[in-house]
Amino acid sequence: MTKAIVLYMHVHQPFRVKHYSIFDVGVDHAYFEAPYDDRTSNEQILHKVAQKSYIPTNKRLLDMLRDYPQFKLSLSITGTVLEQLERWSPESLKSFQELTATGRVEIVAETYHHSLAFFYSRDEFEHQVQMHKEKVQELFGQTPQVFRNTELSYNNDLAYWADRAGYKGILAEGWDPVLDWRSPNFVYQPTYTENIALLMKNYKLSDDIAFRFGNQAWESWPLTADKFTNWLNESGDATNFNLFMDYETFGEHQWDETGIFDFLYHLPQEWLKNEGNSFMTVSEVIDANPPRDRVDVPQTTTWADTERDLSAWLGNDMQASAINALYGLQDKILATKDMKLIEDWRKLQTSDHFYYMCTKYFNDGDIHAYFSPYANPYDAFIAFMNAFHDVQFRLTEKGMEV
Amino acid sequence: MLGWELPPHNSGGLGVACYHLCKALAKKPVDIEFILPYHAPFVENFMKVTAAHPQGAKVVMTNSGAYDSYKYVFDDGHEEHVDIVGQQMAFEDAVARIASSKEYDVIHAHDWLTFRAALRAKQAKMHCPLILHVHSIERDRAGGQTGNPLVREIEATSMLVADKIIAVSQLTKDAIIEEYGIPADKIDVVHNSVDHTTFEALDADNAYNYLVTMKSNGYRVVTNVGRLTVQKGLTNFLLAAKEVINRAPRTFFLIVGSGEQYFELIELAAKLGIAENVIFTGFQRGKNWRDSFAIADLFVMPSISEPFGIAPLESVGFGTPTLISNQSGVKEVLHNTLKVDFWDVHEMANQITAVVQNDALRDTLQANASAELNRMSWDHTADKLFSIYQHHMQKVTA
Repeated sequence: MTKAIVLYMHVHQPFRVKHYSIFDVGVDHAYFEAPYDDRTSNEQILHKVAQKSYIPTNKRLLDMLRDYPQFKLSLSITGTVLEQLERWSPESLKSFQELTATGRVEIVAETYHHSLAFFYSRDEFEHQVQMHKEKVQELFGQTPQVFRNTELSYNNDLAYWADRAGYKGILAEGWDPVLDWRSPNFVYQPTYTENIALLMKNYKLSDDIAFRFGNQAWESWPLTADKFTNWLNESGDATNFNLFMDYETFGEHQWDETGIFDFLYHLPQEWLKNEGNSFMTVSEVIDANPPRDRVDVPQTTTWADTERDLSAWLGNDMQASAINALYGLQDKILATKDMKLIEDWRKLQTSDHFYYMCTKYFNDGDIHAYFSPYANPYDAFIAFMNAFHDVQFRLTEKGMEV
Repeated sequence: MLGWELPPHNSGGLGVACYHLCKALAKKPVDIEFILPYHAPFVENFMKVTAAHPQGAKVVMTNSGAYDSYKYVFDDGHEEHVDIVGQQMAFEDAVARIASSKEYDVIHAHDWLTFRAALRAKQAKMHCPLILHVHSIERDRAGGQTGNPLVREIEATSMLVADKIIAVSQLTKDAIIEEYGIPADKIDVVHNSVDHTTFEALDADNAYNYLVTMKSNGYRVVTNVGRLTVQKGLTNFLLAAKEVINRAPRTFFLIVGSGEQYFELIELAAKLGIAENVIFTGFQRGKNWRDSFAIADLFVMPSISEPFGIAPLESVGFGTPTLISNQSGVKEVLHNTLKVDFWDVHEMANQITAVVQNDALRDTLQANASAELNRMSWDHTADKLFSIYQHHMQKVTA
């Protein structure tokens, strides 16, 4: 029987809010424009990530696409990172376009602003999905067929929406309580849907690469392409291995020194040695395999933390306050028809802002702290709320009651 | 005179009070030598400022508050780090050395940090009256709890030995009697003051551009400026804010300052669902600090325990009337103010709501408070102190 690796990588950068004080409110509307040397400088961070990750990884991926005609992958790229690439790293953007030009790299649909709008405003959510689709068509000349929501958040409602919207597939975390006795290594179908297929992340295999690869204390370290493909070959009944991860795994989360790039390059070579093994994009694997079963997910799952829920974004009162305040302005914001104001409001919807306010593991200085440009979750909250107040200020300038 | 701090160098409210008090006292026939635990450039000449530190120490370094550790750099180049207790011991040895080498008439010491040194000075100069000036006791600083037993012991012992105790308010006098059993006639109340002519003038434009705009759209602003510590009662302030916002949604609460409750208060505001109306600015100084008072319609000092509390007087000076807790000594000198028990959240909310919904109440309170402020002077404080000095010098020598 044939087995496919479905490699899917997620590319995203938010527009971080600079250290924006109450004294800036009403004076300076450029929340996202920190001085270059500041920790919150989006330009500086993008330059760093482009250097460490986008440019070297795309170079390697392009080599692989050239050297292995059977190699394929899928990418999701948010609108916010595409804007940043256009502004600050056209070279990186060009390299992404070179990938898709091979015809073997599929772009996945999502919200332009990497937002949690689905859970707060269906109209706003649909608008952002449309914006993203248009941006992808403009830059990559393809129309996404498979949907993923921010942070791989997923539930039955989302699947129902995506089915109605005409997507052929949707991505979700392969979380054990949801899968129950099932294996993530097959194509499924969400309950209550007509046509759409469900692909569930094999988090064990994905995290071996994304999180554990460079960890010398890990029993399987060092992980080689040979060893990894052996695990796959030996894993019995399966049609597809869904390796879903952040693109920045390559070069940023796992540095070049760990050997991650060599691992990536040698993966097709080792995998394709066995007859019947292949790489497929997300659409291809859905076309090739009828769903094995229906999967019911009434609760919302994500790909984050041990809880696999939205608590990293919405788990504390600060996060809930901030996001409710923001969506509370929706009708007034849209009524202004001021595109700059509307866009700034949308950039504030990016989920990362709420992630920086997470206090779950504040005291451990863990992964949350690693990804935050703020000294603590409270600074993140205050900067965000001040930006929120400035949005209010701009509404009053337009004669809106707030 | 023995003090722990003095402006402009690393000073809190205690240092500011000492400074003004000495400046007014110096107008009398009094020569003041103000002894500090560190070197500070003091450019004014109304008193002599001396650093008391270990022999051979050439530099004493401290970088912020009164409770920070110190670093001594000695002549031979070696360095020593000491904590607050070590610093006190070093200070008292040095003060004893200074006291035995010079002539003095009165020993006047400010708050517990200097009290051990004051006792050593008294030992060296038995003919000098020992006057202990109490700006706060340990119970105040512990937010109504009993506090550190070692500090209490220093306070109890030294107050027992003192010839006279000066309390900054009747509230503080009562607390000293209650906590340490000191006879009432040994304690005089001498209130702190403010000199409104020394307040820096406000600029035409307020730094809170946003709040200026929102006020013109019908919003009102209630502020608190100070350290975010348990003693200051800000938890109740936020609980009251929740009630106010339910009745008057167009009210902002501006919380200016930092401290150990900072994170906790931010989370509480979010938990109460009022995060959109509560603005945390962190610590501010200068123009931003002045404008924090000036932008407000009401300044609230909900302290659980405030021996005196100068901030409401500053608020009036910057044009904003006040609501203060009955547990604040300043209520004894400022009469045109709203008052509430710190624990009475409902009444606090009631009074705040009244002001934000009634500009006439706000303006009348402020006009009358301002008239009171204009009559206040550190000279009155100095008059009382001087007569205490005179009385005790006669008593001790007789």
